[in-house]
Amino acid sequence: MDFAASLKLIAPELLMSVSGLVLLLVSAWVGDKASRAISVAAAVVLGACFFLVAPAVCSGASGPDTLAFGGQFSADAFAGLAKLMIFAAGGAALVIAPAFFERFNAMRAEYPVLILFAVLGMSIMVSARDLITLYIGLELNSLAAYVLAAFLRTDDRSAEAGLKYFVLGALASGILLFGMSLTYGFTGTTSFEGIRVALNGEMAMGALFGLIFMLAGLAFKISAVPFHMWTPDVYEGAPTPVTAFFASAPKVAALALTMRVTLEAFGAQDDAWRQIVIFAAIASIVIGALGAIGQSNLKRLLAYSSINNVGFILIGLAAGTPAGASAMLVYLAIYVAMTVGGFVAVLMLKDENGNSVEAIADIAGLSRTRPALAFCLMLVMFSLAGIPPLFGFWGKFVVFQAAVNAGFVALAAIGIAASVIGAFYYIKVVKVMYFDEPADVVKGESDWAHWALLAISALAISPLGYLLTPWLGNLADKAAAVLFLGV
Amino acid sequence: MSSILIIVFLPLLASAIAGLGNRALGNTVAKSVTTAGLFISCGLSWPIFISFLTGAAEPTVVPVLQWVHSGNMTFDWALRVDTLTAIMLVVITSVSALVHLYSWGYMSDDPDQPRFFSYLSLFTFAMLMLVTADNLVQMFFGWEGVGLASYLLIGFWFKKPSAGAAAIKAFVVNRVGDLGFMLGIFGTFLVFQTTSIPEILAAAPALKGASTIGFLGMRFDTLTILCLLLFIGAMGKSAQLGLHTWLPDAMEGPTPVSALIHAATMVTAGVFMVCRLSPMFQAAPDALTVVTFIGAATCFFAATVGTTQWDIKRVIAYSTCSQLGYMFFAAGVGAYGAAMFHLFTHAFFKALLFLGAGSVIHAMHHEQDMRYYGNLRKHIPITFWAMMAGTLAITGVGILGVFGFAGFYSKDSILEAAFASGTEMGRTAFWLGAFAALLTSFYSWRLMFLTFWGKPRWSQSEHIQHAVHDEHGHADHGHDHAHDDHHSHGEHDDGTAGYHPHESPWVMLTPLIILSVGAVFAGFVFSPYFIDSEHFWQGAIYYNEHLIHSMHGVPLWVKLTATAVMLIGFVVAWFAYIKDTSIPRKFVDQFRNLHAFLYNKWYFDELYNLIFVKPAFWLGRQLWLKGDVGLIDRFGPNGAAWVVEKGAVVARKVQSGYLYSYALVMLLGLVAAISWMMVQ
Repeated sequence: MDFAASLKLIAPELLMSVSGLVLLLVSAWVGDKASRAISVAAAVVLGACFFLVAPAVCSGASGPDTLAFGGQFSADAFAGLAKLMIFAAGGAALVIAPAFFERFNAMRAEYPVLILFAVLGMSIMVSARDLITLYIGLELNSLAAYVLAAFLRTDDRSAEAGLKYFVLGALASGILLFGMSLTYGFTGTTSFEGIRVALNGEMAMGALFGLIFMLAGLAFKISAVPFHMWTPDVYEGAPTPVTAFFASAPKVAALALTMRVTLEAFGAQDDAWRQIVIFAAIASIVIGALGAIGQSNLKRLLAYSSINNVGFILIGLAAGTPAGASAMLVYLAIYVAMTVGGFVAVLMLKDENGNSVEAIADIAGLSRTRPALAFCLMLVMFSLAGIPPLFGFWGKFVVFQAAVNAGFVALAAIGIAASVIGAFYYIKVVKVMYFDEPADVVKGESDWAHWALLAISALAISPLGYLLTPWLGNLADKAAAVLFLGV
Repeated sequence: MSSILIIVFLPLLASAIAGLGNRALGNTVAKSVTTAGLFISCGLSWPIFISFLTGAAEPTVVPVLQWVHSGNMTFDWALRVDTLTAIMLVVITSVSALVHLYSWGYMSDDPDQPRFFSYLSLFTFAMLMLVTADNLVQMFFGWEGVGLASYLLIGFWFKKPSAGAAAIKAFVVNRVGDLGFMLGIFGTFLVFQTTSIPEILAAAPALKGASTIGFLGMRFDTLTILCLLLFIGAMGKSAQLGLHTWLPDAMEGPTPVSALIHAATMVTAGVFMVCRLSPMFQAAPDALTVVTFIGAATCFFAATVGTTQWDIKRVIAYSTCSQLGYMFFAAGVGAYGAAMFHLFTHAFFKALLFLGAGSVIHAMHHEQDMRYYGNLRKHIPITFWAMMAGTLAITGVGILGVFGFAGFYSKDSILEAAFASGTEMGRTAFWLGAFAALLTSFYSWRLMFLTFWGKPRWSQSEHIQHAVHDEHGHADHGHDHAHDDHHSHGEHDDGTAGYHPHESPWVMLTPLIILSVGAVFAGFVFSPYFIDSEHFWQGAIYYNEHLIHSMHGVPLWVKLTATAVMLIGFVVAWFAYIKDTSIPRKFVDQFRNLHAFLYNKWYFDELYNLIFVKPAFWLGRQLWLKGDVGLIDRFGPNGAAWVVEKGAVVARKVQSGYLYSYALVMLLGLVAAISWMMVQ
């Protein structure tokens, strides 16, 4: 594999880094005047990357031809599918931001650049086939994310969110690094392939520790219990477009990375990590559901909802089968649509002064004052609750199916039972919107870009989404198969 | 003969249009569509019937759709047309069409007319499915369909608590019968490996007395037990003694419903079923004995109760019950033709009586108590003459060999058949039937005399007072109410309270007149076909040549019995309600217990309340309070909700907002994971 071929494989990442640097210079030169233009440019870049990646996904690319730089980086179908979701979510974060920040005169040219770098980091994460690549991608993403969380510098909550995210992120990063060093120490290699070969057979206690520490570090990124505590605070405090971004793209990246680590590097040691994953899955589902009850802030509610959803996705990982991995990808795709839709809907709630409305009590009777918005939010809520015929049901269904087929009937049963708890607070939001006396707080028109995104996601999670299932399932199956090549 | 498809499915279509269109289409469209649909069905049904009369038609089966093909269980939607079906077709579509028309007038003030007409047409469709069934399952479909429609229509005025209760009662009591019917169908399939009626009937005679079947831990003759189970279904639908309690209460429904469902058609489904399966019943003599007994007992029981009721519709309801008893014991002694003939004539005169009663009720401002009627023949003459025709028909007025009203032919032939059957049970049925005929004549004429003769007694009726009050209120508002009342009382001392009954509109009178024609001539015209013509039946029922022969050979006194008891009943009624109106009072004082026994319908309702309803309610309460609330709810949903609630509080408390506690939880989680893996 020569250098030129490697460069060709990382073309999307190259494009993003180069354009990110250029745009950074532009923003420094021209200033905030150019923020809209830079946003558009960044979105175009992501769109271009999307089409660069798409062929590999469709063809189900795998094997040596997809490996760049001596196997440190893989541009296979699995990474490609995750990247498509990440690019889409990143694009959404770019599209929804200007209209939001301009309400506070806070739209700055750095925003699209930061998003671009965060996306680049995630893109590297999902392609990582080596611990070093993994860490570079993760940190590139995290550093951009810390700044994004505190983007509304003058807002106390945003600053607090940024700080909390940074401190805890640093801790998690340390744990991850420690795990990586242990793994390297006991296997003598940083390559996933090498780890797999080195661990073939008995698993040394040190390597086990390494695995656990690494999983803990990754669990922080996907906000799985008990590494979830930052999530509600950060989601609530960060500006809503940033929250929408946090809840969607990094979740895809971190989960894809977790799948790579567990299924590729530690694929033969599934007994070692399965129990941890099962615990994290159940705990996330239960704590996510319990925590959401009694929340009065929509963004906090959606934060707990994302913890809850991650739990469901981890059930697919616990299955440890190609079907389970495929189900996770399907769930992730649906989850991205639901989350983006949910946060965009929240984004569109503002009072007459243009301030964000986030309290659940304030959207009472929304169905009468803003019927279209209320309807879309209702679709999102029912879909998150997994109520057929909305598309959210399908994600849960395939995950449970994979778990049952892999013999984890009890796990699936617990998941199903716990999803009932979840249904309570989702439906409560719908009840408040549809049956309570109008609070008449939400006013004002919404930006067309918001409407467009909301409409797309609402359409995707509506029953029409089922038209996508054969196509989506096929792509996910091909992508998931990549992870099991070495087994 | 695909006109049968139109006959059956047009009412369904009309019902769907009226029901789904409801208020969007409005009253007139709903009424027009359903009524037109029924008249078309009716117009197509008569040619089929006539072609069977002339012998031009052959029995046919028109397949509709594939239904169930599973293993050796196969049955399809198909419409069977033979003599038996043809009879039912004309009965159902004619009465239903007339009732639809009549309802234009009767229901004209109702706010929910589309719903009413939709239900009526739905009922008609279900009934037609029942009678055209070629297999037991389709028959059951129709059976349940008419039960549903009956439930909906009894409870049509659902704001009235008594109507809701009556609807539930009808449904529940019918469920008891339906359970028997279902078990019968299951058993039939078990034994014959088919639900196709022709195949069952072909195979049944060979099984006569030849096999036994285990049921409830004992062994019985197979056919006897199957027939009895099926008969339980028939008892429920046809309100036979024991399962009859719902029928009088069903009078809570609008009167056109009573005429269509609870007199002419649905309640005769049981008789139809027994006749349809007559070869099977014929092979189970013990079952037939039971049928005869139940029929005769019902006939007698209902007639006794009918003599004491005051509500005009209840009298007719008990009369219906009693007439159904005649039909059953006719079938029981093997005279299926006579049973079907009585079904046929009864449909006309009983629908006529009900619609007439409805016309009276309409004229008397919804007063149903005959104590507040009187002298109505001058005020509503057309209704009076129609009711007169119906009464002459039900009491069986006629002169042997010359001419008689409808009931004269059908009821007399039943009595003759019972006598001619020669069995002990047949004789018993004959005497019970003869006595019931006396009572029939008595209560029918009692109804006529109380309603149309004598002095007006309207002033005591609350309904009439309301009506008068409203009229006066409209006429001179502003007056003092007390003064108003006083005024009206002072002016009208003739018992009318100043109320003037009005004859019903022509949409209501036309059906009465048409049905009167049927009540007068149906017996005379059709008697030769139904009773004496094996060719007419073409094997649709079991035709007992021997019985028919001996029927004609019964002594003259037997033939005259019915006429004699009819006259006795008439004379007694005339004495008691025209000549000397104090007689009923004296009789009641003399035989207080007997009267109370009859007036309270032999205390059946009280008995059932005590044996079934109260224990069921008690059990339900216990299961609800102790089982459901105390056990399942407490440890199930409520317990789970409690745990979730507490868990949510804990989860919120842990989420303190402090960085160090978050970091601590992360580290604790890490340590816990490592510890867990190490002890593994």
